[in-house]
Amino acid sequence: MKLDIEKIRSEFPILSKKIHNKPLVYFDNGATTQKPIQVINRISDYYKNENSNVHRGTHYLSQLATDHFENARKYIAQFIGASSQREIIFTKGATESINLVATAMSDFIFPNDEIIVTDMEHHSNMVPWQQLCIRQKAKLQHLHVQPNGSLDLNELEELISSSTKMLAIAHISNVLGTINPIKEIVSIAHKHNVPVLIDGAQAIAHMPVDVQDLDCDFYAFSAHKAYGPMGMGALYGKTEWLDRLSPYQYGGEMISSVSFKETTFNEIPYKFEAGTPDVAGVLGMEAGLRYIESHGISNIRFHEDELLDYATNKVKEIDGLRIIGESNEKTAVLSLIIEGIHPFDLGTLLDQMGVAIRTGNHCAQPLMECLSISGTLRASFGMYNTKDEVNVFVEALKKALKMLL
Amino acid sequence: MTVQEKAKTIVEEFSMFDDWMDKYSYLIELGKELPLIDEKYRNETHLISGCQSRVWLHAEDKQGLISFTADSDAVITKGIISLLIKVLSGSEPSEIVGADFSFLDEIGLKSHLSPTRANGLVSMVKQMQLYARALQIKQNS
Repeated sequence: MKLDIEKIRSEFPILSKKIHNKPLVYFDNGATTQKPIQVINRISDYYKNENSNVHRGTHYLSQLATDHFENARKYIAQFIGASSQREIIFTKGATESINLVATAMSDFIFPNDEIIVTDMEHHSNMVPWQQLCIRQKAKLQHLHVQPNGSLDLNELEELISSSTKMLAIAHISNVLGTINPIKEIVSIAHKHNVPVLIDGAQAIAHMPVDVQDLDCDFYAFSAHKAYGPMGMGALYGKTEWLDRLSPYQYGGEMISSVSFKETTFNEIPYKFEAGTPDVAGVLGMEAGLRYIESHGISNIRFHEDELLDYATNKVKEIDGLRIIGESNEKTAVLSLIIEGIHPFDLGTLLDQMGVAIRTGNHCAQPLMECLSISGTLRASFGMYNTKDEVNVFVEALKKALKMLL
Repeated sequence: MTVQEKAKTIVEEFSMFDDWMDKYSYLIELGKELPLIDEKYRNETHLISGCQSRVWLHAEDKQGLISFTADSDAVITKGIISLLIKVLSGSEPSEIVGADFSFLDEIGLKSHLSPTRANGLVSMVKQMQLYARALQIKQNS
């Protein structure tokens, strides 16, 4: 079904803003998406009508907040196809989700063990594993990115061994837009009893995610890249893993009983949720995902694929332009470089024309090094973007080039 | 001319531009025209790493006055650098240490000097003032 773009756009207050007196063209959705009024209202309604601490009081408001909070957990579990809401841990975002696992995994990683990541990881899904390896005297291995931006699974088969204890990989690359074949990767890893963490930051708002179908052991994502609030996210973990991992922060709801002699911890998911949670953030995240569901994630995928195809063909007309990331399996992200032109210059001029894109290394310095480039210009799409906006972007790009050449 | 006077001249120059395109075209011209730094200083020691564009800076003591040369791989950054050099180069260290950069605000380029703009300019200004401070201390001792 086609998205009703006009209606969708009217529900995002920021999209009617003018930037430097020009209509905003927001193509920085890979960094964060804008928020629909439903999400903004959900957060303010919580503070107006429901605010109370969860899991505590016997009073009405606390009960209400707790119900909404736990219903959100249930909804989020359903949204990603988890078998139980116990497998959903609320975090500050994908980065914290990954750090939680990388910290708790310390108990299972020993000297000379190996952890595999890929060259295309965001620093958030590389540095936590690198630091874990340093702490445990383990070795960080990395799977190469092919020139077209995809991975070679034969290389994974060769790299993985009995020493491999963990594999961490992005569902979708934030620079290349590549959709990695997670199901196949998980099945290779599981043949060697290697658990797999998926960084779903760039996928959650752009394609259907079913963690049971993928069979991954952990799945991390952020709310703010899925039309929800900043500083909020979730970690999915299989019950068997979450039960084995130790808590990584202490205090609050994660505790079952305390004496000066010992403390026993609550069960999952609570044992990983120390301190008072961001209840409004959780409800906002739920509202963002419900917003996605109300329009249909497959419809969104279809729309964004169309935009990507349209934009790809359009920018190819520009002389000296090279698209970075040309995997057949790709969505929502268009990275490019233009010979002899610094991406920062292009970004600065596009901003003057009301076009918000991102330039730089996109927190993926190893990938830049592997591709022998210093940075790219990245346009990343969301459900509210249009072909007209792509036209504005391409015209702005041409105008900027004329100024710079 | 003092630093203040030189800054005023630039503000006057920019006040003639009606729109952003003229302003940025001028910056780009400035950036392209100036061979800013001696090739031998375009190295790691002179590199100020910003997140996106790289900036190289070299300072020299010319009979008590500081002379700056610099370069960047991004042409707009280069244009802004050459504005800064026009204003600061050839001045007494004390003037550079106490320089007021509000002229960048007046010509509408302040955002380039905010720490959120990862273009190396903020660090460059800091580095220029550090050189000036070092020379000032040397002169006073």
